[in-house]
Amino acid sequence: MSVARAERLVNLVLCLLSTRQYLPAERIRAIVAGYADAPSDEAFHRMFERDKNELRDLGIPLEFGSNRTIDAEDGYRIARRDYELGDIDLEPDEAAAVALAVRLWDSPELTGAAAGALLKLRAAGVDVDQGVPAVVEPKVRTTEPAFGPLLAAVQAGRAVRFDYRRPSPAELRTRTLEPWGVVSWRGRWYVVGHDRDRAAPRCFRLSRIVGEVRAFGRPGVVRRPPGVDLLEFVSTSTGEPPDTTTVRLWVARNRAAGLRRRATVVGGRTIDDVPGDVIELELHHPDSAAGWIAGYGEDAVVLEPEVLRKTVHERLLAAAGGAR
Amino acid sequence: MTSSQDRLPRLLALVPYLIARPGIRVDEAAADFGVPARQLRKDLELLWMCGLPGYGPGDLIDLSFEGDTISVAFDAGMSRPLRLTGAEATALLVALNTLLEAPGVADADAVRRAVAKIEAAAGQAQPAGVAVGLGVREGETTARSRRVVQGALQAGHALRMTYYTASKDRISERTVDPMRMLIVEGRSYLEAWCRRAEAVRLFRLDRIDEVTELDEPAAPPPYAEQTDTSAGLFRERPDHEVAQLVLAPDARWVSEYYPVERVTELDDGYLRVRMRYADESWMVRLLLGLGGDVTVEEPVALADGLRERARRALSRAGQLAVTP
Repeated sequence: MSVARAERLVNLVLCLLSTRQYLPAERIRAIVAGYADAPSDEAFHRMFERDKNELRDLGIPLEFGSNRTIDAEDGYRIARRDYELGDIDLEPDEAAAVALAVRLWDSPELTGAAAGALLKLRAAGVDVDQGVPAVVEPKVRTTEPAFGPLLAAVQAGRAVRFDYRRPSPAELRTRTLEPWGVVSWRGRWYVVGHDRDRAAPRCFRLSRIVGEVRAFGRPGVVRRPPGVDLLEFVSTSTGEPPDTTTVRLWVARNRAAGLRRRATVVGGRTIDDVPGDVIELELHHPDSAAGWIAGYGEDAVVLEPEVLRKTVHERLLAAAGGAR
Repeated sequence: MTSSQDRLPRLLALVPYLIARPGIRVDEAAADFGVPARQLRKDLELLWMCGLPGYGPGDLIDLSFEGDTISVAFDAGMSRPLRLTGAEATALLVALNTLLEAPGVADADAVRRAVAKIEAAAGQAQPAGVAVGLGVREGETTARSRRVVQGALQAGHALRMTYYTASKDRISERTVDPMRMLIVEGRSYLEAWCRRAEAVRLFRLDRIDEVTELDEPAAPPPYAEQTDTSAGLFRERPDHEVAQLVLAPDARWVSEYYPVERVTELDDGYLRVRMRYADESWMVRLLLGLGGDVTVEEPVALADGLRERARRALSRAGQLAVTP
C-alpha cells in the first residue's frame, strides 16, 4: 500500500467517524485529503470503490443511507458505537491466558486472525506479555490445503463442492456441501455441514479431500441451524465402541516390551523350545490390536480368544506368502 | 507483520494504543506491534499528516515526542481501537476455550473470566465456524505422570523416569531436565533434556510408565533449544531409510497417520507412497501388522526380511498345538 493511499484511508476513516450526517461521495471527494488527486470522475469512483472495499474487508462498519432532509443525497458514515471495541481490562492472569491462547495456532489463517485480535486488545490498553514461558503449550496445526478455502466459505456463508475419497469401500466422488464449520478433533480436521446429495448432515475429513475446494453461490445463503454443536457432531460421528476384551498371549522372554507394559504376567510357558510368559491384557479395539500384536511376529502368539488368533494368523499368512 | 496489508490495521490501532500508554518508548511499542522501530517511526510520521477535513493545526493528529518516548496530544476522534472481526473473535475465543479442555494447562478460572470479558467487549463478533476438541485421552497412569511432571516443571526439578521407546520397543530408565509440556494433535508430551541421549527429546506422557521428581535442579544446558512443532513432530534426517509401499484401501490410514511423500493414487483406491523410517525393527512391526494390505516395493531387503519374519511367526504359532 502506497504512503498516499494509507494516508487517504486513515483520513477517510477519521472523517466518516466524525460525521453524523451521511456524506455523499462527491462531498467526500471535496473534503477528504487525497481524493483531490483523482484526475477524472471515473478515476475518483474507481479509487473510492477500492477504498470502501478495503475498509469493509477490515471489518469497518461503513453505513450507506440518507439524511432526513428534503433534498438529501445518499451518503456514507461510520457509526462510532459499531466501530469501537468495548471497554476491556484484563487482570494479569487473564492476560496470561490470552497470551497462551494466541500461541495455540500453528495455522496461517488462524495465527493471523489471533494476532489481529491481540493487536486490538493491546490498543485498548490491555498489556499482554508474550514472552512468558508456559508450563504446558497446546498446539493446533492446520496443514491441509482445504482448510483455508473451507473456513472462508463457512465465514462467507457459501456452499462448496469438492472431490472426496472414502477409503473403504474405496470411492472418489464429488460432494456438494453447505458447510457449517470446520472442526479439529484429536488433531484431525473435519468439515461439518448439510450434504446436499444425501439431504442430511455429514462430516468429512479434510485430509481426504482431493484437489480444490470450490465455493459457489451467493454469500450468506448457508447458515448453521441453531442448536448444532459442531464438536459434538464430529466426536460422536467418529466415536469408537467402548467394549473391552481380555486376551491371553504368549510372549518370548524379554521381548515385546510394548505388549508387556500394558499386561499382567499370569504364568510361564515354553513354545518351540523358547521360554516365555503367558500374559493377559485388556484391549479396547480388537481390530487394530490384531495388527499391533501381529507386528511382534514370532515374539508373540495369541492363545485366546480364537477370533483374535485367526485374525493375527491371516495377517501373518498374507505377509509371509501372498504379495510377490 | 511487515507486509503492506497489515499496515492499515496497525495505523488504526496505533493512536488508541499510545493514548493508553502515555510516554511509551518507541522500541517498546514497536515490539508490541511486531515491527522494527524504524517502521513504527514511519507509521507515526504518516499519522502526523492525517486528521479531520480542514487539515489545519487543530485538525491533525498531534503526537509529541520526547527523546525516545511518544504521547498523543490530539487524537482526531480515533480514541478506541476497531472492534474485533468475526474471524479475530473466533481465533481468540476458540483458542481460549481449547485451553479449558487441555488437562492442567491454564488456570481455568482465569480463562473463563478472560472469555467473558472479551465476549462482552467484542459485542456482535461472536465466534463461528471453527471448533476445536483436543480430545486428550488420559488414563490413570498418564494423569499421575502429568501431575508429577507439572510439579517438577513448576519447582524446576529434574525427573527420573521409566520410559517406553516405541521405535525400539524398549523400556529404559532416564534422568531428564524438563523444559516444558506440549499438547500436539491430541497427545501430551514432555520436552526435556535427556542426560543419557545428551539431546532435547519429546517424551509422550502415555509412554512414561513411572516417574519421580528428584531433589535436584533441572539444568538443561543453555544450548538446549525448544522443538519447532509447526511442521509436525517427525524430523527428517539424512540417515533415514525410505520404503516404497503400496497401500490397500484398508491401510490408507498409514498415509494420514505417518508422514509420507510422493503419494500416487492407483486404481481401486490403492495408494503408492514413499515413507521414511528411522528404525527398521519399528517399520517391520508396522508392516507385519498390516498383513496383506501392504506391498513393499522397495527396499528389497525390507520386503525379504518381512516375509521371513512372518514365516517364522507362523511356524512358532503352529508349535502351539504340540507344546502343551
